[in-house]
Amino acid sequence: MRLSLGKWLLPLYVVIAFALLLTPIVHVIIYSFNDSRRNNSIWAGWTFDKWLNVCDQQGVCEAFGTSVAIGLVATLIATILGTLLAIAVGRYRFRGRGSTNLLLFLPMATPEVVLGAGLAAQFLSVGVSKGFWTVVIVHALFCLSFVVVTVKARVASLDPALEEAGRDLYGSAMQVFWRVTLPLLTPGIVAAALLSFALSFDDFIITKFNAGQVTTFPLWIYTKKTPPAEANVIAAAIFIVAIVAVVVVQLVAAARRKRLGITQ
Amino acid sequence: MAFAAFGGGGAAAATANEPVHLRGGWVAVGLLAPGLAYLLLFFLAPLVSLLMTSLQVAPEGAGKGEYVPGFEWSNYATAISTYWPHILRSFGYALTATVAALLVGYPIAYFIGVTARKWPLVQALALTLVIAPFFISFLLRTLAWKQILGDNGWIAQTLHSLGWLPSDQNIVGTDFSVIFGLTYNFIPFMVLPIYTSLERLDRRYLEAGNDLYARPSTTFWRVTLPLSLPGVVSGTLLTFIPAAGDYINASQIYLGSINTAMVGNVIDRTFLESQEYPIAAALSVLLMGIILVIVAIYVKRSGTEDLG
Repeated sequence: MRLSLGKWLLPLYVVIAFALLLTPIVHVIIYSFNDSRRNNSIWAGWTFDKWLNVCDQQGVCEAFGTSVAIGLVATLIATILGTLLAIAVGRYRFRGRGSTNLLLFLPMATPEVVLGAGLAAQFLSVGVSKGFWTVVIVHALFCLSFVVVTVKARVASLDPALEEAGRDLYGSAMQVFWRVTLPLLTPGIVAAALLSFALSFDDFIITKFNAGQVTTFPLWIYTKKTPPAEANVIAAAIFIVAIVAVVVVQLVAAARRKRLGITQ
Repeated sequence: MAFAAFGGGGAAAATANEPVHLRGGWVAVGLLAPGLAYLLLFFLAPLVSLLMTSLQVAPEGAGKGEYVPGFEWSNYATAISTYWPHILRSFGYALTATVAALLVGYPIAYFIGVTARKWPLVQALALTLVIAPFFISFLLRTLAWKQILGDNGWIAQTLHSLGWLPSDQNIVGTDFSVIFGLTYNFIPFMVLPIYTSLERLDRRYLEAGNDLYARPSTTFWRVTLPLSLPGVVSGTLLTFIPAAGDYINASQIYLGSINTAMVGNVIDRTFLESQEYPIAAALSVLLMGIILVIVAIYVKRSGTEDLG
């Protein structure tokens, strides 16, 4: 029967696809344990040394620190500006709302290399020297649209009756915003901030055009050509933390659904 | 609006019961002003800068990277006549990778969104695995593929020993390896929007197809696929646009060679190394212009304009 063939064919296909998806990740993690000297592309046996002494590798921890700092500042800027924009376009009627929406989506339709070259051309013509803050500016820029999309979805699902109730109870506009609207939007805002940080941390192309002498973690990997195992250690550690965080969030959400008695 | 299609599956639901929009007034202005000012300064102004740079001219006896404002339209002619193979290659690679990512990604999205509905745990695990590549450094995972597919890797050696791959032929540094890398990188961007569309698909529609004696394949082509089209449109755009502009996979350090250079590689080299700013800017403007035209036509033809 056709249906029963499809029944195991699809899961089999999916298992193969997932194996493919995970292959390079496993490879990166395994090679973080490689007892290599300079060239980490040849397997030289297992070791934990690179994990224990990551910062012995010159520059890698500084680059990591730079990336974290840039990621935090850029995320802060993008999240604040993006949340305000999302509330405006999701909640209010105003002239030019259509073109505002278009303007908010346009950065996502622009290839990274064009954004990067555009800002670099701008900084060049204005005479700004490239460095930490130019990278922060570009990162906040490309994160902004993603924040708007993420928070807007949350704004759209907000029940206006809750804010009305706040006003009916004589809450001022400010009180309603801080005590009702913002707490309801928080999950969307947190998701947007995490997404921003992840996008900023791993960005390479836009950063390369605007970094000047600043070395982020991806730029450091790039300049190494065959990066040492310590790069893998940092990447693997981030991966493990992120996956654990995702799993914990899902478990908490599932437990909460169960407690509230929501099925699906 | 054409670009609203990026909102993807998610946005479609939001418009279904459009929230009450309050009258804007000064509050809306206050909310909008900082963000729009930021976009004006750091998005629109740079695009104008790029346009102006693309028309700059080198004065008599100018050194490397020295240009003055002008209206040198011939920069575009030079850019096209010198680099047309790179432009063509970029769009060829991006198109092939998008189709490949769709072929790989759709079944995954279908499995997570439809088949695995009965098992929330499997669904959650599969979704986590789909986004897993996001959490590992983009450059390192591309290097990992370089090693896995490289000459000393078991895949190349097996293919060589079976005689399926000529001994003087590599996997890395070819059109194939670049397209493979692009496809790999953008599979999650393809899967997630399609999954979002399929997840909301009402199972009763599929049962109705079955009740009307349609074969499963007929139900798929006539019911499932059309209903998931908004997700397919967003997924293909989210793959095609960054793929056309990417140049990591195509770079010689990663999965490419001199013969696989894309337009991004040329922009990087002409801007950051040889400092031929007008040429780099002209190529950027061309890349962006072609993408916008392709996207506008595609979104219009697929009839999903009003998603946002």
